[in-house]
Amino acid sequence: MISEIILQAMVTGLMMGLIYALIAAGLSLIFGLMDIVNFAHGEHLMLSMFSSFWLWSLFGLDPIFSIPITILLMAFCGVLTHYFLIRYILKAKMLIQICATFGLSIFIRSIAQFLWTPDFRNIDKPLLEGRLEISGMFIGQPQLIASLVCLVAFILLYLFVTKTETGLALQATAQDRHAAEILGIPSDKMFAIGWAIGLGCVGVAGGMMANYFFIFTDVGINFALFAFVAVALGGFGSIIGCLYAGIIIGLVESLGGLLIDPSFKLLYVFAIYLLVVIFRPQGLFGRY
Amino acid sequence: MDKLLIAKSEPLWNTDKRIISLISGLIVLLFALPHFGLNSFYLHLMIMIFMHAVMAQSWNVIAGFSGQISLGHGAFFGIGAYATSFLYVQYGISPWISIFLGMIVSGVAAVLIGIPMLRLSGHYFAIATLLIGISFQVIFQRWEWVGAASGVWVPMTSGDSLLALQFHSSKMPYYYIFLVFFIITFFLVWLLSRSKLGYRLRAVRDDPQAALSLCINVSNYKIIAYVISAMIMAPMGSLFAQYILIIDPDRVFNIEISIIVLLITVLGGIGNVWGPIVGAAILIPISEYSRIYLGGTGGAVDLILYGLILMLICIFRPEGLISFFPKNILERKKQR
Repeated sequence: MISEIILQAMVTGLMMGLIYALIAAGLSLIFGLMDIVNFAHGEHLMLSMFSSFWLWSLFGLDPIFSIPITILLMAFCGVLTHYFLIRYILKAKMLIQICATFGLSIFIRSIAQFLWTPDFRNIDKPLLEGRLEISGMFIGQPQLIASLVCLVAFILLYLFVTKTETGLALQATAQDRHAAEILGIPSDKMFAIGWAIGLGCVGVAGGMMANYFFIFTDVGINFALFAFVAVALGGFGSIIGCLYAGIIIGLVESLGGLLIDPSFKLLYVFAIYLLVVIFRPQGLFGRY
Repeated sequence: MDKLLIAKSEPLWNTDKRIISLISGLIVLLFALPHFGLNSFYLHLMIMIFMHAVMAQSWNVIAGFSGQISLGHGAFFGIGAYATSFLYVQYGISPWISIFLGMIVSGVAAVLIGIPMLRLSGHYFAIATLLIGISFQVIFQRWEWVGAASGVWVPMTSGDSLLALQFHSSKMPYYYIFLVFFIITFFLVWLLSRSKLGYRLRAVRDDPQAALSLCINVSNYKIIAYVISAMIMAPMGSLFAQYILIIDPDRVFNIEISIIVLLITVLGGIGNVWGPIVGAAILIPISEYSRIYLGGTGGAVDLILYGLILMLICIFRPEGLISFFPKNILERKKQR
């Protein structure tokens, strides 16, 4: 009996972990490209969930069908972020870069709170509902689909970065932006593409989670924290590292919650973070 | 203690006479201010400016001087607040004693946090402190012994009491207490910035490798800065708790505290002793007035302004508003 509960928790953790992995991959891509940590990542996730919510509530579009629109909106948001904020702070000190994206996160969150109030919302009767029973385990259908979509998106992202010409150009810019510019790769354009893709990933995750998660203005904070931890765990800038790190975090979160005390989930993840960065500062798959 | 830590590189009497007279004039003015018939709203505004200036100065020590960005500095504010309220309610210890107990607890916490974490640098440290700030809030929300989520209520004394640090008839005594703490803190940090310790911290910030090659133990100095910073923050938490007389984890460990100290310092001028005064003197009135005129809690208008100001400062004036003043006028030395 007890092993079944543990198995159940592991499956839940795995599904959550795949979502964390995709969110973290977006963060990691942006970091690898221009050495800037997007402290507004959680708020971008919140925006994508709200975009999904409003498309449902105003136009009656189910979250499953509004995913492409959410992705496009978030990519556009990424390009805007780059052109109106990030472009100006590329050469600034790290401290100023952190403060700027931190300022962006406060700004987005409080604007959202001002416009939409801090109420909790959820999407009534989406197409994906109910749960499956597989050999005694209960798996929520929307959760399962969300994690599978995130996994597919992750694989597509990985293939894009490693196989296509644009992806290789992104990698070249990440390695040495001046050398890449000499070879005719415009770094400004690459940065904008990086932001668009990074936030596009968040769009996928947020759009899928809107199916079953409560939607409110502070929803992003916890996800962003886990994404930061996943990025550090996987190694800053390593995309494949995010997959393993995301899964580890998902498992730690759900097993720790089951075996010890669910109200301290954050502390277990924090402990993992400290252990990894102290004993292996470059992360599990770090380049440095 | 390291003999070299003692301030001796720039003696006090080397300061420009005009600066000294300017500052002492300002201090006299601040002491006289409540007697010009300020109503309690303006007294409250001044108290908030003093408090936030000191809190921002605390952040300035770790971020501005030694270059480590802490995004969870509210933790030390909360420790200070809990130390006084809890010890007074539970054991009847006078807040005057527990302010210092709070400082010590805060300093010890900073050492314990600092030893593993200050080996990290840059983004790793920033993320870790963000997690620390939230962890403290989570722990205190669940900790039954200190009142869990409902917090600590300080029982009111019947009248004004200096021993219990409670004044109900007027805000004037609070004004003077905060003012004295404000002046002492700024004087000490000013001394720090001119001492060898201050120069070493800046060496650690500007180039850790070069600092290391000059036999400066980088991680030890970061921990020293972190402890000083925590010990500046804690008394403000204690005094704030005595000022409002009810504390709960959502109020004193709020992430907004960590945000506002960062914002004030960056606005005023990071790494500059006088930056936090400028930042607090500009930002706190904006925040209080925007709450009055643009809607109260829930509207979050003041937070929208914070975010916008922070981004604009980062884009256009990364050195902060203090850089509009003539260069070095505040640090000019007597010509010999």
